[in-house]
Amino acid sequence: MAILEDLQLSRREVMATGAAVGVAAAPGAAGAAPVEPGPSLMKVSFTVNGQRQTLELDTRTTLLDALREHLKLTGSKKGCDHGQCGACTVIVDGRRINSCLSLAVMHEGDEVTTIEGLGSPEKLHPLQAAFVRHDGYQCGYCTPGQICSAKAVLDEIKAGVPSHVTADLNAKVQFSEDELRERMSGNICRCGAYSNIVAAVAEVAGGPILGKGA
Amino acid sequence: MRAFTYERAKSPREAAAAVAADPTARFIAGGTNLLDLMKLEIETPARLVDVNDLKLDEITPTKDGGLRIGALVRNTDLAADKRVRKDYGVLSRALLAGASGQLRNKATTAGNLLQRTRCPYFYDTNMPCNKRTPGAGCAAIGGFTRSLAVLGASEACIATHPSDMAVALRVLDAAVETVTPDGTERSIPIAEFHRLPGQTPHVETALARGELITAVTLPKPIGGVHAYRKVRDRASYAFALVSVASVIHKDGGGRIALGGVAHKPWRVEAAESSLPRGAKAVSEGLLAGARTTTQNAFKLTLAERAIGAAVTEARG
Amino acid sequence: MKFDTPATTNPIDQLKVIGKPLDRIDGPLKTTGRAPYAYERHDAIPDIAYGYVVGAAIAKGRITSMDLSRAKAAPGVLAIVTAAEAGKLAKGDFNTAMLLGGPEIQHYHQAVAIVVAETFEQARAAAGLVKVDYERAKGTFDLASAKDGATKPKDGGPDSAVGDFEAAFAAAPVKLDETYTTPDQGHAMMEPHASIAAWKGDKLSLWTSNQMIAWGAGDVAKTLGVPRENVRLMSPFIGGGFGGKLFVRADAILAALGAKAAGRPVKVALTRPFMFNNTTHRPATIQRIRIGTDRAGKITAIGHESWSGDLPGGGPETAVQQTRLLYAGENRMTKTRLAVLDLPEGNAMRAPGEAPGLMALEVAVDELAEKLGIDPVEFRVLNDTQVDPEKPSRPFSQRRLNECLRTGADKFGWSRRAKPGQVRDGRWLVGMGVAAAFRNNLVMKSAARVRLETSGVVTVETDMTDIGTGSYTIIAQTAAEMMGVPLTRVNVRLGDSSFPVSAGSGGQWGANSSTAGVYAACVKLREAVAGKLGLDAAQAQFADGRVKVGNQSLPLEQAAASGPVTAEDFMEYGDLTKTHQQSTFGAHFVEVGVDADTAEIRIRRMLAVCAAGRILNPKSARSQVIGAMVMGAGAALMEELVVDKRIGFFVNHDLAGYEVPVHADIPHQEVIFLDETDPMSSPMKAKGVGELGICGVGAAVANAIYNATGVRVREYPVTLDKLLEKMPVLA
Repeated sequence: MAILEDLQLSRREVMATGAAVGVAAAPGAAGAAPVEPGPSLMKVSFTVNGQRQTLELDTRTTLLDALREHLKLTGSKKGCDHGQCGACTVIVDGRRINSCLSLAVMHEGDEVTTIEGLGSPEKLHPLQAAFVRHDGYQCGYCTPGQICSAKAVLDEIKAGVPSHVTADLNAKVQFSEDELRERMSGNICRCGAYSNIVAAVAEVAGGPILGKGA
Repeated sequence: MRAFTYERAKSPREAAAAVAADPTARFIAGGTNLLDLMKLEIETPARLVDVNDLKLDEITPTKDGGLRIGALVRNTDLAADKRVRKDYGVLSRALLAGASGQLRNKATTAGNLLQRTRCPYFYDTNMPCNKRTPGAGCAAIGGFTRSLAVLGASEACIATHPSDMAVALRVLDAAVETVTPDGTERSIPIAEFHRLPGQTPHVETALARGELITAVTLPKPIGGVHAYRKVRDRASYAFALVSVASVIHKDGGGRIALGGVAHKPWRVEAAESSLPRGAKAVSEGLLAGARTTTQNAFKLTLAERAIGAAVTEARG
Repeated sequence: MKFDTPATTNPIDQLKVIGKPLDRIDGPLKTTGRAPYAYERHDAIPDIAYGYVVGAAIAKGRITSMDLSRAKAAPGVLAIVTAAEAGKLAKGDFNTAMLLGGPEIQHYHQAVAIVVAETFEQARAAAGLVKVDYERAKGTFDLASAKDGATKPKDGGPDSAVGDFEAAFAAAPVKLDETYTTPDQGHAMMEPHASIAAWKGDKLSLWTSNQMIAWGAGDVAKTLGVPRENVRLMSPFIGGGFGGKLFVRADAILAALGAKAAGRPVKVALTRPFMFNNTTHRPATIQRIRIGTDRAGKITAIGHESWSGDLPGGGPETAVQQTRLLYAGENRMTKTRLAVLDLPEGNAMRAPGEAPGLMALEVAVDELAEKLGIDPVEFRVLNDTQVDPEKPSRPFSQRRLNECLRTGADKFGWSRRAKPGQVRDGRWLVGMGVAAAFRNNLVMKSAARVRLETSGVVTVETDMTDIGTGSYTIIAQTAAEMMGVPLTRVNVRLGDSSFPVSAGSGGQWGANSSTAGVYAACVKLREAVAGKLGLDAAQAQFADGRVKVGNQSLPLEQAAASGPVTAEDFMEYGDLTKTHQQSTFGAHFVEVGVDADTAEIRIRRMLAVCAAGRILNPKSARSQVIGAMVMGAGAALMEELVVDKRIGFFVNHDLAGYEVPVHADIPHQEVIFLDETDPMSSPMKAKGVGELGICGVGAAVANAIYNATGVRVREYPVTLDKLLEKMPVLA
């Protein structure tokens, strides 16, 4: 087998790097039209936590920014804006999604549920109460995403949607802590409250707890 | 992200025509990769054509006993489909090993195939990349290559294709159905769908400009033990270092495709005849011609060992 | 109040509220999405414009020209500020590189401009139109090759020596001499650095995300060249910090500059792909450890040298710290050396020093125990010391490391540990590992203001921050205990530079120090309240919302009948930290499975036993420990900011590339706190615990991997590619 060497950048390549840097802080700009088009505005209507909302938005606005910046529903968090952390998780038409990777204008007529729609400090949703009881959070920034995700996860298990750790694809999906861990893995908690989050969600799920550890 | 206009297409043909006629236009379905790239100005469309209304979201039986998966079937739904779970387990497994629950709920079958590489130099617009700017050079070569290609790479590009689903489709001999602006439909075998980088790493698939994927078809079930072994550092929500899609029959024969090693799902049909003789034998053919760096040479050992595990497991 | 004699019995010892595993008082706000973080203060200020930061595309060099014309003409753009427009900016006391670069560029993604526009989308698009030309300069990016040119840092006692290490090591019948490396690591807190800035005349309000309010206000003022009193920082909720938000970063300064230029309040959040190279990180280390013992396993010589790098003017990763204190041994040496690297700024990350230091030391100890044929738990017990080994006249205030080790061994089933590579569970090779946890207890001056409201509610105000640590709750518990009211009658207000200056959140000093400050203020308030009620303060008991002296019992709120009663004080510290070594201790036990085919590593069980003084709230303290264990697991198994040594940047600069543990990586975790009080630490008798949990856990993971496979990896993270070639051959 031939080995492709771990080359040092050749002089030519260094210059190429420099040249790419030279064109722009945004190299994609090379060769683009010189006149910048104005924002494209569009109307969109959807329901958020049971309330009908109509917005006129720059088409570039993500669902997350529509919620946070336009509707001032800041419970949904921007942790990475690239679908790599899950802090922005909301439930759309019964399914959890990363609201940072979805354009608001693509949600015409949709029903959106955010953390604010699940409960309030005065009237906590059972999952919210369980998170408080089990200390399933620390800084709190990933928490709304964790809770929205957890709600959808319990629904997914009930609906029989399999996961990576489901042992038998053709049998009924069983609830277990390992199922929770796998399904919640799209929600990063850098404070590391995972063990407590799983305990909180398992408590709300009730039923037998199967499977522990790796 | 550049400003763009947004429209919802009413028919596949209309969508294809819209994008074919406008070099600045792109289709959008789930958006989970496209929007990610648009935020970084790696993709800079001025026009988005939303294809979500095209009713391409059903899974139906085909005449020859296979399945036709609509282009817009979400990854979650495809993985959960009873028929897929029963007869095409490798596909369910591959899908479930990918991304996160949230992303699978949005990501579509066609979009998954069209994912772009996760090469970190592709993702940083300050770095030269032949994929982003043809002829600019490749910063990845000689750089951080641990996750990059060991097979089929070129002097212009050593990126890998990140999809898990595509690796399963490759082992299942799926085909990609498309429609062009003039209404022509064609079926592209999955083996020919993704391209190796060669000197044109920016050309990633066999699709023509504006050509729209309408479905993916699976031939009739082939039986065997289906498995998808995805090896990664993190236990979940990570791209594969190496993955193995396998269908192994009782006689020890079967099919193997690898993910995480090349610019496309990697399968060498000729090597599969060695499968009954074990992982080492099949790996010899499958990994022939590999070119590695000190950082990613481990992928060859890893692939062989992961294949070995799949073979052992299939034998029960 | 000055704490200079060991604490005796005080109202905290009642333990009616303190020491209870109470739910956090900020929980309902956080779990319902109502806790407002820095970028979200629409409630505080209207009409906010959006700022987007442009970062340098080179690691080192100069900007030769900038063309802002297209960006300025872009829709919605209100202002663009570069170093050229910003006028003279100073470097903050706590920064190593300038927060706004240009024309000189000191590191990759150093901020070079802020673009302010009406909307986020417009600001981001316009930022992409800022054209910058650079001239690259040659930089140094590789620690290994810069190591030999590393020099002795000016501050912090870089060298220590007791006895004759070299001779003792040479003479030792059993010895170990190994080198370990730890990589650069990112804080990767979930909330990106974010700020909203608003000017009113020459006064600046900054809603930001910062662990150390007073440091922050000072550095904002210094950087911008405005009087300190004109800057107000507010940071009531912080979405994680881990040391990454100890200091003012580009978001705050650029928001302030952008707001000035635009004549509007401006908000700025650093984007995730930008954070890793723009902000600080934990520096990589190369560590050489030499330990010699007699045949019985007693350490006779212990030496630890560490090399790290930073930008010119920066500091070292003090990875040898713990080695001066953790084990006995007459002949000792440590050495810290610093190389100049042109990578982004290195700085504190959770347990700076000890976290990477113990990742090396506690593997070395495991290796040595094996050489000696002694169980690693017993080897540590054998080499325990109850005094500062460099200064035997100076005892530890408390040191129950042996009890942590023994308790943990018992609970974890340590006796079932087999020889390396012997235990198989299906496809998994299974192993157990242990490591000692050690982190010093630091005490910091901390002030608070407490007020008895006419309603009977006790309000606490201090610029202390809660970065997920539970500060709100333990401060409320402290005030409730001191004033004899239920937790629901305490209102805690944090993170505002108009409040008395606290210890802030860092170095695991926050919990003990900030509550001690609240204690001091409450002592004063008790005196004031007693005075108002005509009672003898020295005799007064505060309980059940009443103040009692003998048979007299008056409702607390009666003292505030004619208006709120306010008291303010601080706690400062005398010489107890000099006469006694204050540290926290623990033992980590980890079980891993390593896939026999692929060498994938998965943690199966984790246990920490901690001795860290009085635990103010066992629920939130436990969370601190398990969270730190998760971060330590990440450090052991996956976290590495990969340096491209040609170009000089961290390549994997997003959360897909820089992997941190996810749910599936972490099993159920157990934490045991030994029942302990430390009267040398403060009237709270508490010590820090927030960083103890990360100390040693990485080594316990690495030792477990060795036990599972028989393969020793000395370069973190321990990933499968480092095991694969040495794994047992499969049938």
